[in-house]
Amino acid sequence: MQILNIVECAYRATLEEQDDTILWLSRSLQNNGADVSILLRGNAVNYAVKQRCPPLVIGTSGIPHPTDPNHELAQLQAKGTTVYVLREDLEQRGISTSQLVNGITLIAASAVAEIMDRYPQVWHW
Amino acid sequence: MTPKALTLAIMDAPYESANSTTAFRIIAAALKKGINVNVFAYEGAVSLTVKDQAPHANAVKGTSLEEEDHPTTRALISALMTLGSAEAKLNWVNCGLCVDERGAINGVDGVKRGSPADFLAMAQASTTTLVIPTR
Repeated sequence: MQILNIVECAYRATLEEQDDTILWLSRSLQNNGADVSILLRGNAVNYAVKQRCPPLVIGTSGIPHPTDPNHELAQLQAKGTTVYVLREDLEQRGISTSQLVNGITLIAASAVAEIMDRYPQVWHW
Repeated sequence: MTPKALTLAIMDAPYESANSTTAFRIIAAALKKGINVNVFAYEGAVSLTVKDQAPHANAVKGTSLEEEDHPTTRALISALMTLGSAEAKLNWVNCGLCVDERGAINGVDGVKRGSPADFLAMAQASTTTLVIPTR
């Protein structure tokens, strides 16, 4: 099954979950045979920005392995996932393409409808 | 002729969003039309089915337990399970890892534990799939 997962909500539960739950779901679907592509839009375009994700200490507890969106995208890409990022949403956030990780497919907002049309399933998270 | 089936993925925890009731209404409407429904409850939505939910009075509104008659999502889902036990079936799967981390083990009768693999299988076997995300 070919699926386009549109990820728009960013960093929502990524601390306590230690992953972005939709990128994680996408990997799980992929591991079970689905052909998954990702479209990052809105604040989620920041997942394609090179970033560090240090652990968090709270008293004697903490979050030892916070989400690393760059790593999550790389894991998907390693198995053939296309990662689209909306150019206008980068520009609106003042993000230069030089700040992005490798392997990103930049698209214009005007191209989204045509890209969605390529996929039998389009799921907007 | 293969019966129609609808798969929904839902994410909102109980009492946090109107999305949950919207999903329940869609499920009920589909079942009444004879459409089989699969639900994959992800993240906070696994708590919708927790059997330990309890209604309460409301001192601010001055209502007693009976007067407030507070709905619980577990009662709404149990009602959907009854609707979905006739000709059109309701298949409700909670994401197991989400259940574990939320301690939402004690679910109403009929709810199953599963994984994204079940969601994929549901979607593959359905006429259409609707994702109702959380924000």
